[in-house]
Amino acid sequence: MTVKSTARARKKAAPGVPDNLRNKGKDAQPELVQLLTPEGERVENPEFPLVITPEELRALYRDLVLVRRFDAEATSLQRQGELGLWASLLGQEAAQVGSGRAMRPGDYAFPTYREHGVAWCRDVDPLNLLGMFRGVNHGGWDPNEKNFHLYTIVIGAQTLHATGYAMGITKDGTDDAVIAYFGDGASSQGDVSEAFTFASVYNSPVVFFCQNNQWAISEPTTVQTRIPLYRRALGFGFPGVRVDGNDVLACLAVTRWALDHARSGNGPVLIEAFTYRMGAHTTSDDPTRYRPTEETEAWKAKDPITRLKAYLDREGLADEAFFAGIEAESEELGLRVREGVRSMPDPDPTLIFDHVYAEPHALVEEERAEYEAYAASFEGGENN
Amino acid sequence: MAGQLSIAKALNEALRKSLENDPKTLLMGEDIGKLGGVFRITDGLQKDFGDDRVIDTPLAESGIMGTAIGLALRGYRPVVEIQFDGFVYPAFDQIVSQLAKMHSRALGHVKMPVTVRIPYAGGIGAVEHHSESHEAYFAHTAGLRVVSPSNAHDAYWMLRQAIESDDPVIFLEPKRRYWDKGEVGDSAGLSLHEARVVRQGADATLIAYGPMVKVCLEAAAAAEEDGRSLEVVDLRSLSPVDFDALEQSVKRTGRGIVVHEAPVFMGMGAELAARLTERCFYHLEAPVLRVGGYHAPYPPSRVEEAFLPDLDRVLDAVDRALAF
Ligand SMILES: Cc1ncc(C[n+]2csc(CCOP(=O)(O)OP(=O)(O)O)c2C)c(N)n1
Ligand SMILES: [Mg+2]
Repeated sequence: MTVKSTARARKKAAPGVPDNLRNKGKDAQPELVQLLTPEGERVENPEFPLVITPEELRALYRDLVLVRRFDAEATSLQRQGELGLWASLLGQEAAQVGSGRAMRPGDYAFPTYREHGVAWCRDVDPLNLLGMFRGVNHGGWDPNEKNFHLYTIVIGAQTLHATGYAMGITKDGTDDAVIAYFGDGASSQGDVSEAFTFASVYNSPVVFFCQNNQWAISEPTTVQTRIPLYRRALGFGFPGVRVDGNDVLACLAVTRWALDHARSGNGPVLIEAFTYRMGAHTTSDDPTRYRPTEETEAWKAKDPITRLKAYLDREGLADEAFFAGIEAESEELGLRVREGVRSMPDPDPTLIFDHVYAEPHALVEEERAEYEAYAASFEGGENN
Repeated sequence: MAGQLSIAKALNEALRKSLENDPKTLLMGEDIGKLGGVFRITDGLQKDFGDDRVIDTPLAESGIMGTAIGLALRGYRPVVEIQFDGFVYPAFDQIVSQLAKMHSRALGHVKMPVTVRIPYAGGIGAVEHHSESHEAYFAHTAGLRVVSPSNAHDAYWMLRQAIESDDPVIFLEPKRRYWDKGEVGDSAGLSLHEARVVRQGADATLIAYGPMVKVCLEAAAAAEEDGRSLEVVDLRSLSPVDFDALEQSVKRTGRGIVVHEAPVFMGMGAELAARLTERCFYHLEAPVLRVGGYHAPYPPSRVEEAFLPDLDRVLDAVDRALAF
């Protein structure tokens, strides 16, 4: 045996690294967990078995449709000037509903600003989400009521909060788990790497759920990474999985597995949900400046709702009456959202001084009084 | 430069000229390439100068700032774009602990010709973190120069001067004025750190910078109808401050009122009021007053008008100053 071939053989053996954790290099084909093909055919994956009843399948379908409807309504409300901004989740419904429905009631979600589908699964009133996009509050809901944290706009910051929350769960000795949502762009932030490190060394029950929607505003994923994002986990010492983010069943099965893995004391998991941002980054964005329409067209064929509907149809799991019922519910939701937003009262400006501190603060009180006196000086004028 | 340019276009032209003049000048930031930045300030520059000079970076502000420092060490002249005011904080450590101190720690052996462009301040109806005025943090940090233009002419010339500076410059762009148009003259007229009297008056001096200069000019115009003559000084530079110009004006009018969007408490106005009191004590007819934001997070957009100083709040302060 020549020295050269020994070296090669030694490299191949890579002692101590289990096969699934080995860095396969950037040319290796990433494995994608899929349970429902774009054509709506059910496939099995031995590592992620999913037993699901027809009723549960219909419930997932309902979630997907209603979430999309809510999102479309918000987009048009922004166009009508009722909202200042909207970040659409179009195309990402399956990633959000699949992972959202994998959570148990005691689990906790830390969203970005796009997780409207997860909010839906956590039973957060859709109108609550619209307050910050209308400009009447900065979030406003009680995060602990539904175990759904406030939207976080500063990219990546919430992944550390999620990790700290998970560290607390470990200290409390309960079997809850946490999901930290973030995007492909966010994967570059130092905060996200730090969250991976903390979660790993403290073996925290947190699932990092990255929706790789291929774009961070105008930047394609290639600006952020040279390897598939799920493989980043290996370097931090925990498992990473790539799942078809437009396949609600795969997202459900993989997230359920990951949450159970985490809650049983095995530490964090990174899930990369491979999906696509079908719309603009937000209503302020113009994607025609940076991405080819052919790309968007190609992803249309992988639509998460179409494929579940195809499956339900093919297997005869839902009838016309069911679909008609969902359609009616969707109309109702649209109406409720429209009317709810239009009748949202403008807040009183003194809210500026509310809740700045939990305990009284002399300067805030002084400025509040100053403001009130000033506003009162316009009696009968434009401020009244 | 012929015709009227918006502030946005003037900045774009200044970047273009800087890239043309010096092959070591680089632009770095999120979405500054094909998109041209979310405010289109870098529009067309990547196409014309290539993606190795107009660089779309990973989404990581500390990374952008830290690597800009490294590039400067290697002889480059990076111009960094931070997408919005509220997103500079991940880079804050690199700015205050590294960028600001590098020249001094190296006893002058290295220079940090890094320009950090930040669209700042409010008034555009944005969501959280997109409307902040954080100039005091930067002005408080020795080693950083801090400037903010209020019109197209200054936007163009001050950005060129900032890029040419061998010190780090925090360049604060008043985002709600990006689309305001003005003439851009053929030469800068002033050095980077000089203030400009933009309206002459006799009864009181309004001191402002960036987005508030326009508000003060409107207030002065309105006051004129009431027979009050207000001087308006555009500070332009927040570190260093052109105290000589301020002193001259305030000694003449006997009253100074500082106007900024940032919270009043511990803001620029506190320093300006203190120094002007020291310099002009025997000339003052009233204490130097401050108009600004409150000691509270920047509010949701539906009530931001109540937070932002406007014509009425400026005139209210003028009344108070004149009533002394
Ligand atoms: C720290 C920080 N920097 C910049 C921004 C501006 N910004 C908002 S969203 C975004 C892109 C995020 O991309 P990604 O993480 O992929 O999430 P996506 O929007 O695609 O869901 C950027 C740069 C921000 N919000 N926070
Ligand atoms: Mg993305």
